[in-house]
Amino acid sequence: MSWRTIFFSTAVLTVSAGMSLAQTEINWWHAMGGTNGERVDKIAADFNASQPDYKIVPSFKGNYTETMTAAVAAFRAKEHPHLVQVFEVGTATMMAAKGAIYPVEQLMSDAGEAFDKSDYLPAVISYYQTPEGELLSMPFNSSTPVLWYNADALSAAGVEPPQTWDEVKVAAKALVDNGMECGLSFGWQSWVMIENYSAWHNLEMGTKENGFAGFDTEFTFNNDTVAARLDDVAAMSEGNLFKYGGRRGDSLPLFTSGECGMWMNSSAYYGSIKSQADFAFGQTMLPLDTAVADAPQNSIIGGATLWALAGHDDDAYKGLAKFLTYMSSAEVQAWWHQETGYVPITTAAYHLSQEQGFYDSNPGTDTAIKQLSLNAPTPNSRGLRFGNFVQVRDVINEELEALWAGNKTATQALNTAAERGNALLRKFERTAN
Amino acid sequence: MLKRVHFPASVLPYLLVAPQILVTLVFFIWPASQAVYQSFLIEDAFGLSTEFVWLENFTLLMDDAIYLASFGRTILFSVAVAFLSMSMALILAGFADRVVRGATAYRTMLIWPYAVAPVLAGALWVFMFNPTLGIFPFLLEMVGVDWNHYLNGNQAMALVIFAAAWKQIAYNFLFYLAAMQSIPRSLIEAAAIDGAGPVRRFRDLIFPLISPTTFFLLVINAVYAFFDTFGIIHAITQGGPANATTILVYKVFNDGFVGLDLGGSAAQSVILMFLVISMTVVQFRYVERKVEY
Repeated sequence: MSWRTIFFSTAVLTVSAGMSLAQTEINWWHAMGGTNGERVDKIAADFNASQPDYKIVPSFKGNYTETMTAAVAAFRAKEHPHLVQVFEVGTATMMAAKGAIYPVEQLMSDAGEAFDKSDYLPAVISYYQTPEGELLSMPFNSSTPVLWYNADALSAAGVEPPQTWDEVKVAAKALVDNGMECGLSFGWQSWVMIENYSAWHNLEMGTKENGFAGFDTEFTFNNDTVAARLDDVAAMSEGNLFKYGGRRGDSLPLFTSGECGMWMNSSAYYGSIKSQADFAFGQTMLPLDTAVADAPQNSIIGGATLWALAGHDDDAYKGLAKFLTYMSSAEVQAWWHQETGYVPITTAAYHLSQEQGFYDSNPGTDTAIKQLSLNAPTPNSRGLRFGNFVQVRDVINEELEALWAGNKTATQALNTAAERGNALLRKFERTAN
Repeated sequence: MLKRVHFPASVLPYLLVAPQILVTLVFFIWPASQAVYQSFLIEDAFGLSTEFVWLENFTLLMDDAIYLASFGRTILFSVAVAFLSMSMALILAGFADRVVRGATAYRTMLIWPYAVAPVLAGALWVFMFNPTLGIFPFLLEMVGVDWNHYLNGNQAMALVIFAAAWKQIAYNFLFYLAAMQSIPRSLIEAAAIDGAGPVRRFRDLIFPLISPTTFFLLVINAVYAFFDTFGIIHAITQGGPANATTILVYKVFNDGFVGLDLGGSAAQSVILMFLVISMTVVQFRYVERKVEY
């Protein structure tokens, strides 16, 4: 290394150190890998370029659970970031940690930043409000499950995209009869087949308004209606009308490789399906169980919100408030929505996307937002607030796998899941107070 | 009268072992005692409310049928992993020991997998065995096997055993090869002159002579299977389907780092720690007697 290089690099280091001293750094830990990670970086970089005082530093910390665990560990070591992205099922855990979080609504008003909750989609923010209506975390990436279908395969089999469960079965049969390997598959089974199935048909999943009204809640998803639906799906395994393809999004290849003609999972798979499927595809609303309800209620969201953590300087929170305002502006949200398939979190971003003609050139991409805003959310469809819900979802996964493998009936599987889930709720209740 | 020899006391030996003691204290005794302390607590994830509950975390575990069921599974998994990886390594080492030309190249290639991180090894196997896209399910279908480890618990168990054993073969191979090469050539040549073929030489000469290595590897592999395999299981099956691959250490990891139930997870790790300690004691007490040094 020559003297000149050393001189220059020292100079550069000094200058950049001087620059970062003038700015307040705000750390944002997130769980968006790959292309979505680059989009997060872009949002931060654009905000940093828009003003001189604050610098948002995004860091990718792994998947949702890893990010949350990292933030919790950092909090215990007093090294936590200002802002962390937490998935929806972690909401109860975050909410119970009263000394650790800084509710965003309070943060915005303390920082003197204009903030109007009514700008946001009710189905999105209802998931993250206290019973009194205070918004605790800022919605960022929200999605909802939809029914994806292979349009080429459906038209070759001579059926329309299904709207009810009866039609799903008819379509699955037609697809298989027409030479497809399987008819239907789905991912994130607890979220799609239990949480959203219940909300869509306005069924209670747990007592105390799905946990919103108190931690002393008990699961009720082991009811006959859900059991009947799941038994019916399990029976569809016969003749491959239904095929189980694993947890989370593991079953995506079943759909994109052309093996299964219908797939129920998050609307946020839009980007992946678009890049992987070499057939015409579409999305439509979740099927309705006509024996249970005459019309669908509304679906509930998944995805994540941004939580501010307590214990930093007021100045940093001021910058954070400005960033949250920037991030939920119609332009940023509309761009994020159109790029990723996540729903826009504000009505303004939805209208902007309409004006830009996004839904006309990409038919079906507004399915998610239509599902979410179909009706005003009821206590059964505003969301879930269960403690230890990450583990409960694992329990549900395990029990449903026993059902799909034919080792248990739906009632047996759901009863065990509810029993094990209730034990986890009781454990959470003890630490939450 | 017995004469007792007295050496003058010196601090040097204490100084020489001090670094090792310090490392053990900092990296083993201290974290282990933290785990024991944590196992007496029930607290929320952030550590904001803590309740000292004595042994309640342990009694909760003893009432948990799923936890108890994972003991048997863990033993099956560990025995299978240790047996498979050690026997494969022994066979490979036996062959590599006889190779004359290109011996270094063979050795390097056989040691290579050891450098692969557990999660990466898992990811590799996930791709090869993906029921939809993988190459092996495709080949298996030709011989009439319907592979779907997302649903079939036995297949899932077989898959994690293979992946975990594969990862450890390189390590075992290294030790077996070194042991075999330290056997004096003259012994083997003498046996050959007496008319013993390769198989006979291996069975009656080489295998007994490397028994200390086998014993050492048995301890190491058992510890590996009990403690180090959660990364592979996390990458391949997440303990599923329906708990078919949830072994003790995976449950420790999952309850603690995914479920954020630190007390319950710590209690499990304490149980696991005592289990492995007692297992090692048994191994040294009984199995070692059969070893000839």
